[in-house]
Amino acid sequence: MIPAIFVFIYLAVVVYIGVFAFRRSEGHRAEDFFLANRSLGTFVFLMSLFGTNMTAVAILGSSGHAFTNGIVTYGLMASSSGLVIPLTIFLIGTRVWALGKKYGFITPVQIFRDRWECAHIGTVIFAVQAVLLVPYIIIGIMGGGTTLSAISGGFVPYWFGGAIVAMVVMSYVFFGGMRGTAWVNTFQTILFLVFGVIAIGVIGTGMGGFRGAAEALGSAPATSWLLTRERISPYYFFSYTFIPLSAIAFPHILIFCLTAKRMVQFKKTVIFYPLCILLIWFPCVFLGVMANRTAGEIPAIREKQEARRVLAQQGKTMSPEQREVVREQAAGDDVILHLLQHYAPLWLAGILGAGIMAAVMASDSQILALSTMFTEDVFAFYGGKRRFGEPVQVQTGRIFVIVLTILAYVVALRAPETIFEIAIQYAFSGFAALSPLMIAALFWRGSTKWGALASTVWVALAVTAVAVFQQTTAAPPPGPPAVFWTVGGTEVLARTPSGTSVFGFMPVVPMVLVSALLMVVVSKLTPKPSAATVARYFSERD
Amino acid sequence: MKRALLVLAVASLYVLHQDIWFWGSKRLVFGIIPVGLFYHGCFSVAASLLMWLLVRHAWPAHLEREVEGTGREGGEAS
Repeated sequence: MIPAIFVFIYLAVVVYIGVFAFRRSEGHRAEDFFLANRSLGTFVFLMSLFGTNMTAVAILGSSGHAFTNGIVTYGLMASSSGLVIPLTIFLIGTRVWALGKKYGFITPVQIFRDRWECAHIGTVIFAVQAVLLVPYIIIGIMGGGTTLSAISGGFVPYWFGGAIVAMVVMSYVFFGGMRGTAWVNTFQTILFLVFGVIAIGVIGTGMGGFRGAAEALGSAPATSWLLTRERISPYYFFSYTFIPLSAIAFPHILIFCLTAKRMVQFKKTVIFYPLCILLIWFPCVFLGVMANRTAGEIPAIREKQEARRVLAQQGKTMSPEQREVVREQAAGDDVILHLLQHYAPLWLAGILGAGIMAAVMASDSQILALSTMFTEDVFAFYGGKRRFGEPVQVQTGRIFVIVLTILAYVVALRAPETIFEIAIQYAFSGFAALSPLMIAALFWRGSTKWGALASTVWVALAVTAVAVFQQTTAAPPPGPPAVFWTVGGTEVLARTPSGTSVFGFMPVVPMVLVSALLMVVVSKLTPKPSAATVARYFSERD
Repeated sequence: MKRALLVLAVASLYVLHQDIWFWGSKRLVFGIIPVGLFYHGCFSVAASLLMWLLVRHAWPAHLEREVEGTGREGGEAS
């Protein structure tokens, strides 16, 4: 219960930050509520942009994935992001910021509508973005409920934990808008950074140092592969470098790029971004791998390893449903919690638990982004702002935050978590495949609204097709994939234990490439926007 | 020339992410860190250095100048 008290103190601080941000706001102005008046300074911009991108995956997911899959987790999810995300912020984020300052844009769809002289195609893009974003909000509330329940030792039930997290997030987004969200994200990122350093020190001390554990893992045949990538295909590893393209297509990240006071704020953000990733992900991945040596001391981890062994040895003879149950038992998302509960003193486990809650509660930016998109791309665009005025627009945004959070909470109570975990898998690929839109809008004079529409429709269809395929086809046991379609002896489509492969790659690779191809081909065949519009986006030097 | 070198640096780092040479190695750096993990930790530091190079030598300063010419200004720093 003591750790839960620290978590409640943390939640109270977060609400206070939101209310404090409210006092600094000019509540009736849309730019102030949705973009913090485009006024964030260097430190807040770096910390909050980074924090916005760090979901529960960063701490719980990374250590859990590393527990099950070994060191490959860092190369798959962290180091590729450390290169691709700052690069896209450098190339695209700065241009989006400049356009926002010049023309007053608040959402990416506003840029698309203006750049390609379109109206309803922008609405289609809004709809696809919104559908892909909703699962993040639901999973954030689910994660909050699960974590609060686990940290309190079951004292706080799941439904109540989820309600508390939903209320807290709703409060500071409702009152503080972008300013409150950015300040809370900054506070959360500082907690993540402190978390990694303290956790590795405390757990390392508790385990009597890591040297013995690392050598023992490497010398035992059952665990030595965790220190390598021998069980991962190089194609799969390469595919993952496409996933971070999603970051710059996420509406909440693009909207965040509009909040910087000056462009110089991007400089330190792109330079320090890979180092922030290193500071958070490296300890979590390392601890996740080392957790495999704690089975003798921690019964819950022993049970997970036993489930993993059963899956490997008997998976082929199990029914798909049985396999899924054992796979759940072997999942390692809570290993970091078990390590802390075992090795950290109670008060420290409480502080570190607050750090984990910070990671889980990352749905704030998505809620605010959806509210911003709805009020700007739908309410204002279809005449609401003109008829009712800007103060009503801001109030609509606040009401949208409440309605969305309540709906997400109701869904979180009723639907199984795995559905949304899978949906997030698709969403990452979907947003990555939407990245050619912004790239084409900013860097290619010849791009057209029809090219944008073709790419967007392709993304919607591809995400749906992969989702249907994975839902209707049972995952095979660990080992080779189940091949569904070959052409001339070449494997085209296969179901893998963790997803789908197309020509041996993850679906994100063909999704991105076909999206880019459609943008090019359809744009070449269709009429361009007027010369005056193109001239506003491309100077002579371009 | 400078721009071509920077593009080459970005492409090279992207290729270096696919470190097949450490794929199956169980070697421990400093007796603790698996070499594949250590390599990708160093990769993150290299990515940061590359960003520093881009900021220093390819910063799109013209965008900032264009914006300053429009007269739109942000509010106070938060």
